[in-house]
Amino acid sequence: MSLILSAIAALLGLALAFGALLGFAAIRFKVEGNPIVDQIDSLLPQTQCGQCGHPGCRPYAEGIASGEDINKCPPGGEATIQALADLLDVEPMSLDAEHGTEKAKQVAIIREDECIGCTKCIQACPVDAILGAAKHMHTVIESECTGCDLCVEPCPVDCIDMVEVDQGLSGWTWSAPQSTIIATDRKLAS
Amino acid sequence: MAEYLLILVSTILVNNFVLVQFLGLCPFMGVSNKLETAMGMSFATTFVLTLSSVCAYLVFTYLLVPLDLAYLQTISFILVIAVVVQFTEMVVRKTSPLLYRVLGIFLPLITTNCAVLGVALLNIKKQNGFIESIMYGFGAALGFSLVLILFSAMRERIMFADVPKPFKGSAIGMITAGLMSLAFMGFAGLVNI
Repeated sequence: MSLILSAIAALLGLALAFGALLGFAAIRFKVEGNPIVDQIDSLLPQTQCGQCGHPGCRPYAEGIASGEDINKCPPGGEATIQALADLLDVEPMSLDAEHGTEKAKQVAIIREDECIGCTKCIQACPVDAILGAAKHMHTVIESECTGCDLCVEPCPVDCIDMVEVDQGLSGWTWSAPQSTIIATDRKLAS
Repeated sequence: MAEYLLILVSTILVNNFVLVQFLGLCPFMGVSNKLETAMGMSFATTFVLTLSSVCAYLVFTYLLVPLDLAYLQTISFILVIAVVVQFTEMVVRKTSPLLYRVLGIFLPLITTNCAVLGVALLNIKKQNGFIESIMYGFGAALGFSLVLILFSAMRERIMFADVPKPFKGSAIGMITAGLMSLAFMGFAGLVNI
């Protein structure tokens, strides 16, 4: 009988000691993550264009989480500002003109016969959407291009055009209803 | 000193845990597709194996033996290993984010690596002392790392080789592992322990 009791006591003691150790470690070595940054980041358009003054969307999300204005993202436009205002429960504000104006979705097109193959646009592209090698013609993978126009400026021969995306027959959808619906309708729609 | 060296050589080459004793085959086949991940796994395993063999030894000698509970060794070693892995993960995550990124995903996987439990149990069976336990665990981990890295390097080459269709994928991996095991059997008789 005492053998069983001592076995149970030993295992219980061991488990309690280890549980206490892990509990202590969980508090002592806690890593502060910020879940709000992930939520903000998922609302941003991920163009990585840097027009907000940050090197990408994630740094801007961290900036917003620590109190920066939400109106610095031209590619996202009013829709992003509205979504951010909803998430953070602040007043939506109009887009800050200092950081650029809202444009329709664009892609970069390289005029390929003029390209000299300098690879400068490849280094500028934040999403690796430009394909090519030194002294060979470059081209843009349109499906990957976020339209950030960071590649236009470094091009020494100015052979990159920003072209508005033509939706085409296959990409065409009904335009979304205008946001004149009242609040209760919006709740129903979501 | 010579004795410890002997333990190292014996566990790394002669009684290699993977190829001679057939322990820890799961990560050996599972994470050997890429050299990089194999290296990450090797580092993490080395760390955990050495630490957990020490902890298991301490628990056995200072808790189970005095209470005459040696038959509880398996369950308490599993407990020890799980806690050591969990604790290490927390500490590494806090103190060194870089190391955590290298080892991170492998650490929880090691909990179920049977080589870890095997080393703890064999330490008791061989009646190793404190330092000997450390050397035994460390040697086992080095042997595991050596074999895993060699094997993954081979598998990377095999990926590009012209393998007959029925042998493609893990089949040729099994054959390679078998040949490696045969090769390691050549070390038998190098040391007598």
